[in-house]
Amino acid sequence: MCLAIPAEVTKLLPDDMAIVSIDGVSKEISVALIEDLAIGDYVIIHVGYALTKIDPEEAQRTLELLHELSAEALGAMP
Amino acid sequence: MKYADEFRDKEIALGLANAIQSEADPQRPYRFMEFCGGHTHAISRYGLEDMLPKNVRMIHGPGCPVCVLPAGRIDMAIRLAERPEIIFCVYGDLMRVPGSQGASLLKAKAKGADIRMVYSTIDALRIAEENPQRQIVFFAIGFETTTPPTAVMIRLAEKKQLANFSVFCNHVLTPPAMQNILESPDIRNIGRVEIDGFVGPAHVSTIIGTAPYEFFAEEFGKPVVISGFEPLDMMQAILMLVRQVNENRHEVENQYSRAVKRDGNLRAKEEVSDIFELRDQFEWRGLGQVPYSGLKLKRAFAKYDAEARFDMKELRVADNPACECGAILRGVKKPVDCKLFGTVCTPETPIGSCMVSSEGACAAHWTYGRFRDHQQRRAS
Repeated sequence: MCLAIPAEVTKLLPDDMAIVSIDGVSKEISVALIEDLAIGDYVIIHVGYALTKIDPEEAQRTLELLHELSAEALGAMP
Repeated sequence: MKYADEFRDKEIALGLANAIQSEADPQRPYRFMEFCGGHTHAISRYGLEDMLPKNVRMIHGPGCPVCVLPAGRIDMAIRLAERPEIIFCVYGDLMRVPGSQGASLLKAKAKGADIRMVYSTIDALRIAEENPQRQIVFFAIGFETTTPPTAVMIRLAEKKQLANFSVFCNHVLTPPAMQNILESPDIRNIGRVEIDGFVGPAHVSTIIGTAPYEFFAEEFGKPVVISGFEPLDMMQAILMLVRQVNENRHEVENQYSRAVKRDGNLRAKEEVSDIFELRDQFEWRGLGQVPYSGLKLKRAFAKYDAEARFDMKELRVADNPACECGAILRGVKKPVDCKLFGTVCTPETPIGSCMVSSEGACAAHWTYGRFRDHQQRRAS
């Protein structure tokens, strides 16, 4: 039920619909819950709806922090 | 897949496991409940429990909407689906959930009921438009993630003036259930589990934001870390919880900042508040009656409420007495503590709901965790 996946918006359609690409597979979904959507945005889709946009800067920040935490721990190993 | 693969890096996971190992105090237990079934599934699928020190334990919570739906509501759905004038639209993972006496929507479909699996509420609307001579009922279940799609569907039905469309509403809310786990009198009778912190749901939080957990963290003095569903997200969230426990803090922290904001998705929340209002109480499997934890349609949209339209009677059904789903959903017992687990109850022949959904604790353990039981038996 709650498993949702990131997908790239490739085409905006009328009536709050859009085409997204999930690893190259296209799917038509509703974007009724999202404001200011543009082609190239990544969204999290669930039961045929985009729930939220993914913030690329925050994603980058999280990845950098993960690398940092991991490197620190591995560096501290005897 | 972008935004997924980079959060599955094995080397970084090992580094995070080391960080948890070195920061967790070996003299004390750390018991963290992951509320959400998506997290339960990820923990099992990626073998995260094997990467944690022995004193850091994950307790599976009740956050699987299929698992917490009481058998009585399934029976009500089956009765509705069997009516000849109705086309009953459901999400696929509801088909095999057991009602009373082994009944299920799948068996009802086999006997001739017109039950159709849909991926999205938009499919259900399309079926209603294509079949004006039939009554279309959508079986709406789920937490805050699936409620906005139901709300959008009702708004569209209103716009298109579809008179043959209604919703059997079973939407529930996350925060009241988390609260119930910590304070319900029922729980005290059945046994309770000590919890040192919560991994907060990922996609529920994209909608409701992080703010609703703040009262909870303050009131109960428990740390909450909202986490994404990828393995690195979860390992980082566990590390953040360990640090909060060590520093005696109980705050709401957001590990999943790429998708979750403090106020969540305002547009989705507006859609929901336009259409739904709180029920005084709603029955959860494993938790009993939880006050203000379920939603119903507002009076202005009552014509779309299947319970009123078809004069549905509330049914209460006792779970199979041998099934431990209730205690497992609350983290009091593990799947292997249930004598049905892996004997008569498997994903092919589920007796309890936790074995039906891939997010259920029993199904996750059956699919990914049984080798660990074998290793433990050999070691003892």
